[in-house]
Amino acid sequence: MTEAPPTTRPAPPARRSPEGEPLLSVAGLSVRFLMPGGRDVAAVEDVSFDLAAGECLALVGESGCGKSVLASALLGLLPANAMVRGGARLAPEGPDLLTADQATLSRTVRGRRLGLIPQSPSAHLTPVRTVRSQLEETVREITDVPRSKLRAAGERAAERAAFPLDHLDRHPHQLSGGLAQRAATALALVGDAPLLIADEPTTGLDRDLVDRTVDELRRHVDDGRGLLVITHDLAAAERIADRVAVMYAGRIVELARADAFFGSPGPRHPYAAGLLDALPERAFTPIPGMPPELDALPAGCAFAPRCPAATDACGALPALAGGVACHHPREAARA
Amino acid sequence: MLELERITAGYDRRAPVVRELSLAVADGEAVGLLGPSGCGKSTLARVAALLHRPYAGTVRLAGRPAGGFRFRAPREQRTAVGLVFQQPRLAADPRMTLRQLIAAPAHATGRGDELAGRVDEWAATVGLTTELLTRHPHQVSDGQLQRACVARALLLRPALLICDEMTAMLDASTTAALVAVVEEYRAASGAALLAVGHDRVLLRRWCDRVVDFPAVQSNRSETAPTSSPSTSSTTEAKTS
Ligand code: SF4
Repeated sequence: MTEAPPTTRPAPPARRSPEGEPLLSVAGLSVRFLMPGGRDVAAVEDVSFDLAAGECLALVGESGCGKSVLASALLGLLPANAMVRGGARLAPEGPDLLTADQATLSRTVRGRRLGLIPQSPSAHLTPVRTVRSQLEETVREITDVPRSKLRAAGERAAERAAFPLDHLDRHPHQLSGGLAQRAATALALVGDAPLLIADEPTTGLDRDLVDRTVDELRRHVDDGRGLLVITHDLAAAERIADRVAVMYAGRIVELARADAFFGSPGPRHPYAAGLLDALPERAFTPIPGMPPELDALPAGCAFAPRCPAATDACGALPALAGGVACHHPREAARA
Repeated sequence: MLELERITAGYDRRAPVVRELSLAVADGEAVGLLGPSGCGKSTLARVAALLHRPYAGTVRLAGRPAGGFRFRAPREQRTAVGLVFQQPRLAADPRMTLRQLIAAPAHATGRGDELAGRVDEWAATVGLTTELLTRHPHQVSDGQLQRACVARALLLRPALLICDEMTAMLDASTTAALVAVVEEYRAASGAALLAVGHDRVLLRRWCDRVVDFPAVQSNRSETAPTSSPSTSSTTEAKTS
């Protein structure tokens, strides 16, 4: 692996992919939308990252920064007017998520190699059926467990997601937000996929439940899975991630180890620093202004109109180099 | 400014989500009401804003008992309270531009012309450009729409502001920006605040004191709040 996990966590077993081989390799991914009236919206621009087994990468940013479009691209869920460039290869020998057709995605990828933990579990679960019947159906669809063993396999999946077995015969509306989230996670874990993508898994949960949900997701990482978490919740990202990628106006502006980013020496990109300073447990000061519209991005650095460190040099687009895309990154050694 | 006395409320008389709850917010005071989602604290906020009639208990605004609830609430009591909800999309008429949305309370009280200038002032205060004011809700982000909803809530200069999970859908920077707008308004006007939410860190940073919503009975599941024998509130000091 190119990036060692923080020393506070045990080294990942990396049992699912050979040493040094990422589970997912995203390279130069761009997504544009052609809108009626000729508007051209650049939602994701030139995004690259790797994700290894036993690693959690958190993709953070404000709403509208492109992170959910990125997630949709990886899941093959983009609308028809989207134009996609770049690659997102499942390693070691998997298909490219961006070019594979829907049949391939649903037959060999979804649930089997890639599990999705959705944003609103209640919308993902079928309201009229019990959790047990949904789990068993998913088991039947994506594994070759014989009929007689379905029940046991469904219960195993529930256990893996810490879903209480005595709640399996309930319907989704009879579950609290936390249990609905676990039910959705159990569904994602049925196929034992080595790679999980969680899209805003903690939205609407209160803090205690956020912590618990995040800790449960982390367990699957420590079991050797790769996890991409897309979230606007920085506290959740700090709790779960080995690395963070900060997105702004469609681009990754900083990619760093989570301990360095949230702790010392801290973020290096002025936007990332502003985002952390906005937290109520930190300075609670907002970043002035609002993110730019994605169909009217300024030339050069998109953060320049809001950036306290901007100079004339920022009229040229800064490349992502050494983990930060900025002409004047903050000093690595901060007092 | 606001006194809630032994309020029992909900949507089913046999299983009220708020039971005999009392809470007071003094003039100029900021009180945070903390509780998990779905615990009934939003119902209490709606009672305080005279939008929901309780089964039992008394609501007093500025010392005077509520003259009615919902459409029966007297205008001067209704307009003394500004309200911001969690989901700006549910609280915004999709046919209106953001400018019309912010101005709606002025028109509803027949003061549209008088307050036209104030609409622009508030829009600027919450960080909305003139161009954004011409757009409809579906053409702006949740954060931009919530900025408009805050401007709308402050337009009539309420003596009490009730924010029900105002920032739950927002990112950290927009949250900090809107809390700053509310606090500037309160510093200038002396208005009181009831901020309802589930984020303890945020409420402790924002409010003078934070009250835990008394846990309610629940038959839902083990992760629902555990019931507490007492309905008395615990308070904590502000952290900063
Ligand atoms: S490139 Fe310039 S404007 Fe952009 S973040 Fe860095 S200093 Fe600020």
